[in-house]
Amino acid sequence: MSFPWAKHYQPTSDLGKYMDSRLPLPRFVHGALGAGYPTPKNLNYFYNFGVLAGVALVVQIITGIILGMHYAANTTVAFDSVEHIMRDVSGGWMFRYMHAVGASFFFAVVYIHIFRGLYYGSFKPPREVLWMLGLVIFLLMMATAFMGYVLVWGQMSFWGAAVITGLFSALPIVGEAIQTWLLGGFAPDNATLNRFFSLHYLLPFVIFGVIILHIWALHIPGSNNPTGVDVKGPQDTVPFHPYYTAKDFFGLGVYLTIFAAVVFFAPNVLGEADNYIPANPLSTPAHIVPEWYFWPFYAILRAFTTDLFFIPAKLLGVLAMFAAILLLFFLPWLDTSPVRSNSYRPLNRILFWVFVAVCLVLGVCGGKPAEEPWVRLSQIFTAYYFAHFLIITPLVSRFEKTLPLPNSISEAVLAKYGKPSPAATAAGVGAAAPQPAE
Amino acid sequence: MASETRLPLDTDLPPDGERRRDFLYVATGAFAAVGAAAFVWPMINQMNPSADVRAMASIDLDLASVEPGQAIKVSWRGKPVFARQLTPAEIQQANAVNVSTLRDPQTLAERTKPGSEKWLITLGVCTHLGCVPLGAGQGEVRGDFGGYFCPCHGSHYDTAARIRKGPAPKNLEVPQYAFKTPTSVTIG
Repeated sequence: MSFPWAKHYQPTSDLGKYMDSRLPLPRFVHGALGAGYPTPKNLNYFYNFGVLAGVALVVQIITGIILGMHYAANTTVAFDSVEHIMRDVSGGWMFRYMHAVGASFFFAVVYIHIFRGLYYGSFKPPREVLWMLGLVIFLLMMATAFMGYVLVWGQMSFWGAAVITGLFSALPIVGEAIQTWLLGGFAPDNATLNRFFSLHYLLPFVIFGVIILHIWALHIPGSNNPTGVDVKGPQDTVPFHPYYTAKDFFGLGVYLTIFAAVVFFAPNVLGEADNYIPANPLSTPAHIVPEWYFWPFYAILRAFTTDLFFIPAKLLGVLAMFAAILLLFFLPWLDTSPVRSNSYRPLNRILFWVFVAVCLVLGVCGGKPAEEPWVRLSQIFTAYYFAHFLIITPLVSRFEKTLPLPNSISEAVLAKYGKPSPAATAAGVGAAAPQPAE
Repeated sequence: MASETRLPLDTDLPPDGERRRDFLYVATGAFAAVGAAAFVWPMINQMNPSADVRAMASIDLDLASVEPGQAIKVSWRGKPVFARQLTPAEIQQANAVNVSTLRDPQTLAERTKPGSEKWLITLGVCTHLGCVPLGAGQGEVRGDFGGYFCPCHGSHYDTAARIRKGPAPKNLEVPQYAFKTPTSVTIG
């Protein structure tokens, strides 16, 4: 995007001028990440998480390709080849732990990224397509992470593969055929492992492609900001470089410090011990749970224990689990409040934090065995999860009395420090019409 | 004004609004669609079970060493099979159930072979999402109904391996099998 006051690219060197008239790649970078991209000046640290997610993906791709050089996707040797990486490959233990812990960190930053968007109304017009592309990335991430976990061919890998492909068998008529097709057999076996390796390699590059669309869709309207008020003039923005490149690098330093601490000092704290037992097709571990980042959805899946009319409980759980994510695609049309940021929505702000708490409780339930009180709790909180989107959000956005919005981003920033609002606010500039990216 | 003769233009439409060229467009598009489908189908089909997976043998099982109340687990077609010798108490318990109250109504007799009612042979695959239920091994939990218990999502099966509680929709599947001698059985 470029606001009229965006600083245009000016090649200075002869080489720069030569390239600019042939392949203007520096111009493209300048306009996307450099000084040519004006950004709201009030972005807080929650706006770091997009970059962190991007870095997390790059870490996964690099460590993943390295692991792929030493891993063998065959049931007879897969588990041993992972141990070979841990014991024999130079630095192999580090790359393996970086990749495994990296998946957890990727999901952690993406969850914060998503809730950031929910809090500040970043999914609202004109950013619906940006939001939906993000959800596509989230779905691809889950598929990728699932298949990666299977590659180890430990107990959790095997039974995770059995259960997740079993989800499709819940579909009427075609379900069994789809499950057999996914497995390449009648139970998880070598064919399954082999194809999951291929697809686990492929999908991160698909994610990368969708991320490019995601950033493109971001750069058309420009970044949202904590006030949710549109950019009105040059006084509301600062150039992305050096202001936000510096801030992002600082956040990245903090992130990588925590990441390194977990990789080096507690690499197994987020994993399941049972995956250090080689896969045994004749015995399911007594406490089988997925990775932590799937727990809330797993709790929703397990919350359905009785049939409803003609729909069996199994299918209900599967439908509910997928609906829990698909519902988010419709959020821009369920939350019709014209005010974006929850900073100016006193009632919705409380309900947002209730929703966060509900998701956390669902997460805890999903990590526990399928026994009381966890099943009952899952049912109550699953009901609230759906009510939040289908009943509470539409009603609140219709009837809530919102607080007065600041006239501009710069006024809100100055008010925070007790300074009078500048007379220059939007004088003569008016609402800046977003222009298409180059 | 004198009429001019000119070649018909591509944009000229006959009175009925259809040109011979429109037919060619539709025919070309249809052939392209058929070609694309013929190309896509093998790409999908390659993921279906390969010939070596489809060539599944049957297995012979010797039950002579299985005592009443015991079960053995064997692998067949990549899945576990449970072969259990029911005790008279378990048979009685299974027959005492009012079949019409079950989620998947079946009697014990329908789930065993005539003359060998004490042999309960089922797949050890929970009909919910495919875990192996507990209860076949020595000392494993057998659930609220004395049969099998699936730890994945808490499905309980009774002494005839029928679903009684939890999310599973069906009874444990009975594979095709036949007794060769009273203690030897062929599965598959």
